Amino acid sequence: MSRAITAGLLNVVLGLIFLMVAAALLTWIERRLLGFLQDRPGPNRVGPSGVLQVAADGIKLLFKQDWIPPFADPGIFVLAPAISMVTVMLAIAVIPATPVVGIIGNLNVGLLFFLAMSGLGVYSAVLAGWSSNNKYSLLGGMRAAAQMVSYEVFMGLALVGVVMLAGSFNLTTIVHNQLRLWYVVPQFIGFVIFFIGGVAETHRLPFDLPEGESELGAGFHTEYSGMKFGMFFVAEYIGILLVSAMTTVLFLGGWYGPFLPPFVWFGLKTGFFVCFFILLRAALPRPRYDQFMAFGWKLLLPLTLLNILITGALMLGLPAPT
Amino acid sequence: MTHFLVDGKTYTAKPDDNVLQACIGAGLDLPYFCWHPALGSVGACRQCAVKQYAGADDATGTMVMACMTPLAEGARFSLADPQAVSFRASVIEWLMINHPHDCPVCEEGGECHLQDMTMMTGHAYRRYRFSKRTHRNQNLGPFIKHEMNRCIACYRCTRFYRDYAGGRDLDVFAAHDHVYFGRHADGALESEFAGNLAEICPTGVFTDKTFSARFARKWDMRGAPSICVHCGVGCNTTVNERAGEVRRIVNRYNGSVNGYFLCDRGRFGHGFVGAPSRIRTPLARGADGKPAALSSKDAIASFAAMLRAGGRIIGIGSPRASLESNFSLRVLVGQGNFYAGVSAGEAASLRLIAQVQSSGAARIPSLREVERADAALVLGSDVPNAAPLAALALRQMVRATGFALAEKAKIPHWQDAGVRTLAGPLRSPLFIASPAATRLDDIAHTVYRAAPADIVRLGFAVAARIDFSAPAVADLSSGDAALAQKIADALLAAENPLIVSGVEASDPSVIEAAANIALALRARQKNPALLLNVPECNSLGLALMTDGPSDVEAAFATPAALAIVLENDLFRRAGGEALDPALKTARLVVLDHSQSEMSLRADLVLPAASFAESGGTLVSSEGRAQRFYQPIFAESEMRAAWRWLGEAGVAAGRAACETWNTEDDILAALAKTFPVFAAAPRAAPAENFRVAGCKIPSEPHRFSGRTAMDAARNVREPKPPVSADSPFSTTMEGFYGKIPPALLPYTWAPAWNSVQAISKFQSEIGGELLGGDPGIRLLETRADATLPYYTFIPNPFAPREKMWWAVFLPRVFGDDEQSALAAPIRARMAPPALALNDQDAAMIGAIPQQILAFEIGGARKNLAVEIRPELPRGVVGISGVPAIAHALPAWISITRPEPGAT
Amino acid sequence: MLSSVRTLWYTFLHLFQRNVTVSYPEQMPYLAPRTRGRIILTRDPDGEERCVSCYLCAVACPVDCISLQKTEADGRWYPEHFRINFSRCIFCGFCEEACPTYAIQLTPDFEMSEYNRQNLVYEKEDLLIAGTGKYPDYNFYRVAGLAVPGKDKGEAAHERPPIDIRSLMP
Repeated sequence: MSRAITAGLLNVVLGLIFLMVAAALLTWIERRLLGFLQDRPGPNRVGPSGVLQVAADGIKLLFKQDWIPPFADPGIFVLAPAISMVTVMLAIAVIPATPVVGIIGNLNVGLLFFLAMSGLGVYSAVLAGWSSNNKYSLLGGMRAAAQMVSYEVFMGLALVGVVMLAGSFNLTTIVHNQLRLWYVVPQFIGFVIFFIGGVAETHRLPFDLPEGESELGAGFHTEYSGMKFGMFFVAEYIGILLVSAMTTVLFLGGWYGPFLPPFVWFGLKTGFFVCFFILLRAALPRPRYDQFMAFGWKLLLPLTLLNILITGALMLGLPAPT
Repeated sequence: MTHFLVDGKTYTAKPDDNVLQACIGAGLDLPYFCWHPALGSVGACRQCAVKQYAGADDATGTMVMACMTPLAEGARFSLADPQAVSFRASVIEWLMINHPHDCPVCEEGGECHLQDMTMMTGHAYRRYRFSKRTHRNQNLGPFIKHEMNRCIACYRCTRFYRDYAGGRDLDVFAAHDHVYFGRHADGALESEFAGNLAEICPTGVFTDKTFSARFARKWDMRGAPSICVHCGVGCNTTVNERAGEVRRIVNRYNGSVNGYFLCDRGRFGHGFVGAPSRIRTPLARGADGKPAALSSKDAIASFAAMLRAGGRIIGIGSPRASLESNFSLRVLVGQGNFYAGVSAGEAASLRLIAQVQSSGAARIPSLREVERADAALVLGSDVPNAAPLAALALRQMVRATGFALAEKAKIPHWQDAGVRTLAGPLRSPLFIASPAATRLDDIAHTVYRAAPADIVRLGFAVAARIDFSAPAVADLSSGDAALAQKIADALLAAENPLIVSGVEASDPSVIEAAANIALALRARQKNPALLLNVPECNSLGLALMTDGPSDVEAAFATPAALAIVLENDLFRRAGGEALDPALKTARLVVLDHSQSEMSLRADLVLPAASFAESGGTLVSSEGRAQRFYQPIFAESEMRAAWRWLGEAGVAAGRAACETWNTEDDILAALAKTFPVFAAAPRAAPAENFRVAGCKIPSEPHRFSGRTAMDAARNVREPKPPVSADSPFSTTMEGFYGKIPPALLPYTWAPAWNSVQAISKFQSEIGGELLGGDPGIRLLETRADATLPYYTFIPNPFAPREKMWWAVFLPRVFGDDEQSALAAPIRARMAPPALALNDQDAAMIGAIPQQILAFEIGGARKNLAVEIRPELPRGVVGISGVPAIAHALPAWISITRPEPGAT
Repeated sequence: MLSSVRTLWYTFLHLFQRNVTVSYPEQMPYLAPRTRGRIILTRDPDGEERCVSCYLCAVACPVDCISLQKTEADGRWYPEHFRINFSRCIFCGFCEEACPTYAIQLTPDFEMSEYNRQNLVYEKEDLLIAGTGKYPDYNFYRVAGLAVPGKDKGEAAHERPPIDIRSLMP
């Protein structure tokens, strides 16, 4: 029993360390890649190829004054970034990187847990915006709430097809069911909508309306600095990892692949989506807020419903595979 | 009002305007050079060409010079007509043909009428490829710089200098495009109005030499509306400041007071502000008897300790300190212990002036009204030296006859050459009675040269001949009687008779005589104006605030434990023998801005702010309360005297001082105490005045170098200072738009960068400012005013054997204590002189420049002899030594100096 | 929608293009002669200061970082002090455009960082160089009407000798 607990704790701690390092490294990868996409080198001064830029930034953030504006609501102001970190990290716990690597990859309600956690993540932005007591922050928080609640819907509905096909909420089971055919093929529409929803959930560019640099000046985290800002920042990058990993697990057959070991396959597939996230940021402009909401409710919602309908019809119409 | 059409739009103007004036008044941008509101039109420059149409059907029109075209009801003009536009462009092009490529190195650049007009006509590129004519310059003295190459031959300078101001030594030489405006030879311009050439000249031929030495462009200087502190006329000035220095003083238009002009004493006399003689820190006499600097805090503590020490504390005010400072001292020491701090003679004269002028029996004319008088008597006064701008107004006053003639001949008043030619030598009657020649004699109808006592007698005789109930003068000589009759007739015949006298006559009886004439005219149902000049900027204000004997000698008549002397060098007010014993026993606190004999004697010296570091209110000889505002905000220990007094008063536990936070607080208390000052707080907007919640910017919107000016000291820009007593912001931030005329920090209007922009701020060209002329008159006539005739008539002047009646002859440069500290004024100060009649000189065998000695006020003086044949026999004139003026007039005996003396 | 996909593709292709970044300071960039960098004050061909202290640079400066004071010697105008606060300067070059004498010029030197901001305040002695800068031939006083040492009235370009006003000749 105690060995199991120790192993579990070790697993969690290792997972945490891995996540932090990955998120930190991701900031460097993003900036380098963004640089290359824009015909410039990106940060290349600190350490080999600028990889220690991460350390420099981290140290800088750590040494900044831990400041709470006098007009803010201090309790909630501190709580908000913590929520954003905790929810994404909890969500990532259910992801099975391989059948053996993962924290609780075998959870029978894994998918629901993921959706629940990403739903809770909204609170971080809303509370941050509200507690900052600043009109831009508040506007950012409002936008975050509307955006994340809306795209939650399509994201969840887009996954219904996968669940129908797999007949399980257990992510390990879902991966197992893709041994022969990745769900990206039968659930292509679901895949696309899930990924778009994922981008919106992490409020990454081009869907970073809650932050809206040009009109809101960093939106819900305008007033944040130092490590509290750092927590939002890290949470955002873990969110990227989360959505990429989730897409891999749900649609790209998780760790399955020829020749290479399963973990590498999982990493490659996740990395692909991470890079795609960065490409999105480099290429696409931010839509107007109303366009963005209309896109969700008027296009994505009918599409997901249609997807469920067709999936269901086909499952009933076609003979069940043995 | 007359209606006229310009380019299809209807405008209104006064019916006797010319078209140019009407257009400028209507806010239209019509270029001009030779026309000036004060000088009229001569049509010399051809720049203001417009199209005039004969009637509604006339489509062709004729080209006319707007300045030479009278306005007619319904007349139709075009400024935008292509022919008129190209005509004006050609005119400016040929005016610019010889103009040098000098703008970067020209003091006028940036506020140049020629630049403005060139831009207005659109002449941007020089087509002329041939050589330019050049001229050699002249050294025109310490005030004016000459750069003849820049001349466009508009003739404004000579028209102002000769025709308007009566100068003789500036003229035009040579012919055609060789014309040269200058003196016959190098030398200082003699007229005391020469400084105005810098503003009159539309380009940079005549510029301000003192300003050039510490030059800054117009846009780079903070402007503060100010009042000239160098005589009692109260001319409005603008003080331009940059980097904590007064750079220059320019005229600030006030339609009722100085109009477009200033005298050189006022324009160039500001040097004392930054002079080495300036007191910059508090000084206390240490144990060794030498003054040592101490902190403001310690100074206030030691001042408060002296206040608390008890004993009789006397306060001696100053006619050159503001109402606020004087009144705060009066409150601090108590009414009975407050003295005006002027000499005994001056105190008597000022008391009389205050009595006469506040009685409301005769109108105190503004300078504008002086110009409009049609007969005047100057009694005992040397107006050009004592009150130069009043003399300039008198010079315009004699033109009334010419204008009347012109009106009959249907020549418009602005037709300058026409009116002058028609008038020829005819002038309105101006009678001058004074012991010595004045610079107004050339325009006087009759000049009466006599000893002061005889002048007084003439005055009384004139009064008696106007109104028979006035006290008559016994045994008047037949010549004097005839003259008195002539003057009385002229004054009675006039619509607006004017009597001018003043403290400078140095005999209170002269003022009584002048008052009698005014009273007599009033008894004859005339509307006399009585201008009584006072010597200093707040003499009248102080006189209205004191009652009873208030001179320096009265102050020290009873011993005092502590004497507080406000901005006053008492050694100019009384002799040493009167002061020394008193100063030995009393402790002495001196608040002043410049070192003086007084400050050297003081136990405690507090650095008082001058007009450049503080604001305040002054009362001019017109009885006009006018407010000046602070131009320099640099950090220093100098502060307004009332602030020192207030802080020391608070430290000494005087409850009355605790409410003094701004000038307005003191002014309000003053208005409450004295009914005569009830209107004084309304002289100008108070500190809390705002437009749309904004202060008024004191710096122009193009002020430069903001982030570099102080960078050598500290690259971090400090917070701008706050003006504690004025509605001005100390930066360029604030309200831009229509602001009250008393607060105009500079005159600038789009496309009008020069001083000519003032037209945009006047309700009528050459008339009142928009919103009324600044300042408020405290003393108006009252129908129920009663003032009995003065009855003391002196005996005729009788020369004494071996004794001389010495009178003080004022001088425009040097008499004023403050301006005499300015280097350019010093350069123009003539050496002190003892003036003698030529026969008297021959009698004692004196020759010019010979040094003679005499005793006065207990001191021996040596002065060089000057022969002035016009002086009455038995009278000597002493000039150039203002420090002994307090002892004059007096009988003196003249001797050879002791050997070795100079 | 399709355009977004196309944008993604084109952006992706940029991965395979050369970086345009110059790795300063290992690799020095090419700076055109007209690059707007450190400001200098030049001298005229005779070696005299070109600046005539006309204040036009100061007033043209949008950040008000130039301050100077005019002084005069033998009719020639000079700046008594000429100060540029480079911690405020935005190198817009308006001062150079405003200068009527080609005195103030911007140079292709931008390496002027300081640890102490106070050191970014340049005085006249820091700004004045020995040469003429970009305009080798121009000498303002040769075209201006003022008399200066070495050039009397009437000796400038396109000038006739001074008029003798006592002459009776037409």
